[in-house]
Amino acid sequence: MAQALDEIKIGGLGSSRKRVEDDRFLRGKGNYTDDFKLPGMVHLEILRSPLAHARIKSIDTSKAWQIPGVHMVLTGDMAAQHNLAWMPTLSYDTQPVLATDKVRFQGQEIACVVADDPYIAKDGCEAIVVEYEPLPVIVNPYQAIAEGAPIIRDDKEGQTDNICYRWEVGDREGTERAFAQADLVSKLELHYPRSHPSPIECCGSIADYNSATTKLTVYMTTQAPHIIRAAVAIVAELPEHMIRIISPDIGGGFGNKVPVYPGYVCSILCSILLARPVKWIEDKTGNLISTHYARDIYYKGELALRKDGKILGVRFHCDSDNGSSFSDAQPTKFKIGLIHSAFAAYDIPFGYMTAQGHYTNKAPGGVAYRCSFRVTEAMFFQERAIQAAAYDLGMDQAAFRRLNLVKDHQFPLRTPYGFLLDSGQYEKCLDVALNAIGYDEFLREKEQARSQGRRLGIGLSTMTEPLGAGNSREYDILGIKMFDSAELRVHPSGKAILKIGSKTQGQGHETTFAQIVTHELGIPAADILVQHGDTDNTPFGMGTYASRSTPTAGAATAMVSRKIRAKARKLAAHLLEVSEEDVEWELGRFYVRGAPNNGVTIQECSMAAYGNMPDGMEPGLENNAYYDPPNFTWPFAAYIVTVEVDPDTGVWDVLRMVAVDDCGVRINPMIVEGQIMGGMTEAYAMANMQFITYDAEGNCVGSNYMDYLLPTAWETPGFELHEVVTPSPHHPIGAKGVGECAAVGGPAAFVNAVMDAIDDTGVRNIDMPLLPDRVWEAMKYRRDISGAPPVKTD
Amino acid sequence: MEERRINVVVNGEPKTVDVEPRILLAHFLREVLGLTGTHIGCDTTNCGVCTVLVDGLPMKSCTMFAVMTDGHEVTTVEGLGMPSELHPIQEGFREEHGLQCGFCTPGMMMASKALLDENPNPTEEDIRWGLAGNLCRCTGYQNIVKSVLWAAEKLRSEAGAFSR
Amino acid sequence: MYPSRFHYEAPNTLDEAFDVLQAYGDEAKILAGGQSLIPLIKLRFAAPAAIVDINNIPGLDYHEEDSDGSLRIGALCRHRTLERSPLLRSKFPVMTATAPLIADPMVRNRGTLVGSICHADPQGDWASVMLALGGEIIARNAEGRERSIPVSQFVVGPFQNTLEDGEIAVGARVPAARGTRSGTYLKLERRVGDFATVGVAINLESSGGTINRAGIALTGVGGNNIQCSAAEQALAGKSLNASTIEQAARLAAEAAQPKSDVRGTAEFKRHVVFTFVTRGLSNTQSQAA
Repeated sequence: MAQALDEIKIGGLGSSRKRVEDDRFLRGKGNYTDDFKLPGMVHLEILRSPLAHARIKSIDTSKAWQIPGVHMVLTGDMAAQHNLAWMPTLSYDTQPVLATDKVRFQGQEIACVVADDPYIAKDGCEAIVVEYEPLPVIVNPYQAIAEGAPIIRDDKEGQTDNICYRWEVGDREGTERAFAQADLVSKLELHYPRSHPSPIECCGSIADYNSATTKLTVYMTTQAPHIIRAAVAIVAELPEHMIRIISPDIGGGFGNKVPVYPGYVCSILCSILLARPVKWIEDKTGNLISTHYARDIYYKGELALRKDGKILGVRFHCDSDNGSSFSDAQPTKFKIGLIHSAFAAYDIPFGYMTAQGHYTNKAPGGVAYRCSFRVTEAMFFQERAIQAAAYDLGMDQAAFRRLNLVKDHQFPLRTPYGFLLDSGQYEKCLDVALNAIGYDEFLREKEQARSQGRRLGIGLSTMTEPLGAGNSREYDILGIKMFDSAELRVHPSGKAILKIGSKTQGQGHETTFAQIVTHELGIPAADILVQHGDTDNTPFGMGTYASRSTPTAGAATAMVSRKIRAKARKLAAHLLEVSEEDVEWELGRFYVRGAPNNGVTIQECSMAAYGNMPDGMEPGLENNAYYDPPNFTWPFAAYIVTVEVDPDTGVWDVLRMVAVDDCGVRINPMIVEGQIMGGMTEAYAMANMQFITYDAEGNCVGSNYMDYLLPTAWETPGFELHEVVTPSPHHPIGAKGVGECAAVGGPAAFVNAVMDAIDDTGVRNIDMPLLPDRVWEAMKYRRDISGAPPVKTD
Repeated sequence: MEERRINVVVNGEPKTVDVEPRILLAHFLREVLGLTGTHIGCDTTNCGVCTVLVDGLPMKSCTMFAVMTDGHEVTTVEGLGMPSELHPIQEGFREEHGLQCGFCTPGMMMASKALLDENPNPTEEDIRWGLAGNLCRCTGYQNIVKSVLWAAEKLRSEAGAFSR
Repeated sequence: MYPSRFHYEAPNTLDEAFDVLQAYGDEAKILAGGQSLIPLIKLRFAAPAAIVDINNIPGLDYHEEDSDGSLRIGALCRHRTLERSPLLRSKFPVMTATAPLIADPMVRNRGTLVGSICHADPQGDWASVMLALGGEIIARNAEGRERSIPVSQFVVGPFQNTLEDGEIAVGARVPAARGTRSGTYLKLERRVGDFATVGVAINLESSGGTINRAGIALTGVGGNNIQCSAAEQALAGKSLNASTIEQAARLAAEAAQPKSDVRGTAEFKRHVVFTFVTRGLSNTQSQAA
């Protein structure tokens, strides 16, 4: 009898196969945007505004034009002649490409210089003289709505204030009734500070407009090449089939590389005007002060509680600081992303929320930084509010969670804000985590340490989140529905090429997407080449962000593989000379029912598709699939952190960090664990050190890596990982998203741990990052510490 | 425009090049020599993705002018392994999943090389301390630490085999 | 990250270096490790007309103890060397404690102590250490005249030193100890390699439990590194105990001139000075024991 294939050995589902991407990266042979050098290529540098809010009185570029080696000095007025001084944002607002009237945030693009090399281009930028008339500056939402505040967006007809949206969702009256019945109402206010995804590689593009063919090719750092093609077609008014976006290797994205940025547009316009390739590579300061930030939301929330700990209702309000443009990258209908996924992990009958957006003199943005459209804020608010409520009730925080978490038998469950949870084993995850950390023992240790003047603390975070947008009924970006695609070509020898519309930035798609095909067809993963990131050569997809690739493109990959298998079955029947109904499938092979030794491999079927197909059958073994997910996938995680706080300095150290993730079926466990550890590190970063703030003049504090702090190997804690597997009931292979879970759910675990360590002080909140001075001040004065800008000075 | 002739050995190969003094070593390696494995990640000498070895010691090539390497030896990631065979450090990073987007990886490996040259048997703490000048945004470092430990073990066993 | 143009010289002798300095006056900058200067040039915060790279000048990469027990450090002695120095470990504990806290390993491989002090960044660590040790900078001019400038008179403002036109800082000197040295450097940083939110350098020279000379200096809490003279005087002639430690810590905290900023309030920083002086002195007490 034929030996059955070992799926793990051939690199199928569950195999921690080594990554195929690694060989080129390890040898320094990756192809990042900055690595490309095209014949005749010139270099673009951007001049940015030093001021946060000012009227531009004049721009004198004459000296820059005189520098030898300078080819172009582009200003907003020149861009306006091509209708490109402004561009649309992903939230139906507009954003300047190059300033014409005013500057509205520090770092805004004023002009750009194209030269033989970037050094000369920089010389050119330095030679431009701009005269400004400074205007009053707004750096938070409360200043934005204060009486007499200057109108930041005076360019917009009918805009008479600094509000960019108002939004609400939920059952207001039902929630009010729930609060009327409450024994206790637990309130919490906090600010999730502005953060920046800050991939180590900054943004960049090489625009190559061929004036002979009129084809525009753009190499660029984008997580969503197909969306960019559509956007470029709209912005630059070029026919879509004459635009090719190539997204080569990307040095990290984390949401930062989803939007269209002025630098991209400038390189495209300059390439068209100069008819030669124009390269723009952003510097770190440019990246941090001008490309899209994340978070910056003020939360006011309350939970209606019964004495026994049951949560009866929740309501909250969010004020978002949107910067100078409303340009969140998020589904059209949802003005503050999926923030209404807050409290989804808990069985709460009634909920209502409101939100208001504000223009300020800060960089625009609101990207989903390792986040599915503001769910990071949602889960942080949720888990901080849950801890505060447990304290208010005098209940153990684990017991309070256990009481209110959604139970296994309740799925699928509609949340009060309208989401449908698909599956999970929440309590089991919590138990695994509590057991791993030794919860009861730690509580005893904490008490003992406290009596010796030491402060230990334990923080929990139990979170779920909606991953994998669409479905297309509810979710679109700029009118393009959110689904994804895959195209599979199986060659005569049974080797295959898979083309997908999503785009890796380190997640290892070239490795894992092959594994899905292997699982479905039994073709060894090593025989499958995964291609992505080139709009001329891959099917349409919405891109990779919001942990959506596996839920959508991964599902499409499984579905197209099944289409291939269905055709291979017909070929097998033909080769085996039996009817299709008598053909059975096992991994990699069809055989005759009842005669397992009489079979043909998928490779033999592939050859037959090109050399021995039955009469009337279309030759070839290729297909594609578009997958419109019926629902989000809902992973769950329980994160527990223990810390020790130094009472004299406010410094806190992580003692242990336990992560229990249920992301459904794991395609490549090694890669999944890598994603969890990466996310947890960003969670730690946000809780401990990483934020962007502003002073009263609108100067960005956090404009480089001396001030915008990413943790190093030294302070990053070690991680202890555990798993629970609840397959998604609607995903073809039972997988769920995972890339961002730890970054979404992690911050609250760290913050809750520090709050727990000072639980005798009456302090309810310290805003992130929990810098030593904030923790010390909270302990000393027994008061909450808010970190809203402007920065405190003497 | 002022240029200076420099003689520098890059990855074992002697080079004589005329270079403008203001050109940073990182740009020289990438743009003049086409060695694009050395990346550039920040402007403030923090991220370490441009780390190369100068006379065997890791340095940030964004914080040296190319002219300063006149008469010296530079090793980049392209000089780490052989085309056919990976260096044990490269192998370690692959085996332990010590990289994701790959952007910090060349600098991280060059820093690791110097670390292991000086301390062939490092503890986890030694590695975390020794790599504190190299930022990684993807991995959370735990697998990088494992990768270096993997490489250390392989290098020690190779050295042991050689001395026998 | 694209510097402006400059003229570059890498002389092989100090005399040649002086010639370039003479030609360019204060438009020229000396480059040793370059780990402070090049970052400024990269961002065009500094745009010197000429750079005099002294790395090819022999005889400047040393650190050694003189027969009288003083320590001499050459202008090209890197942080890396100091970090690994057995001499420093046995006799200059405050320096051994400081060296690994300077920036990161790559920067330490290139950067120099003398260059760092010349740079006079108020958040620089070495100037505090040299203040605590009573150290000096050795400056030489084209005529070969050498003078010693106590670091307390050398670093006079943020990024300001008292080198005269045409002078090059060729080294640093730490005087011989009056007794046995103990000491440490404590640094509050938001992340490893960060500039100090607060740094405290402590150097005690004692015999038989009596402090002959105390040096305490602060980083990051003023326009310059701050020498805590009152705290030093309070310890001189005494021995360490709970009350002398408390008094010194209080006086040091009073000497600090912190400003509130993103790293913390003035009050917080002052408190950390108090905490670190207390801890540092307690540590040295146990070192000595």
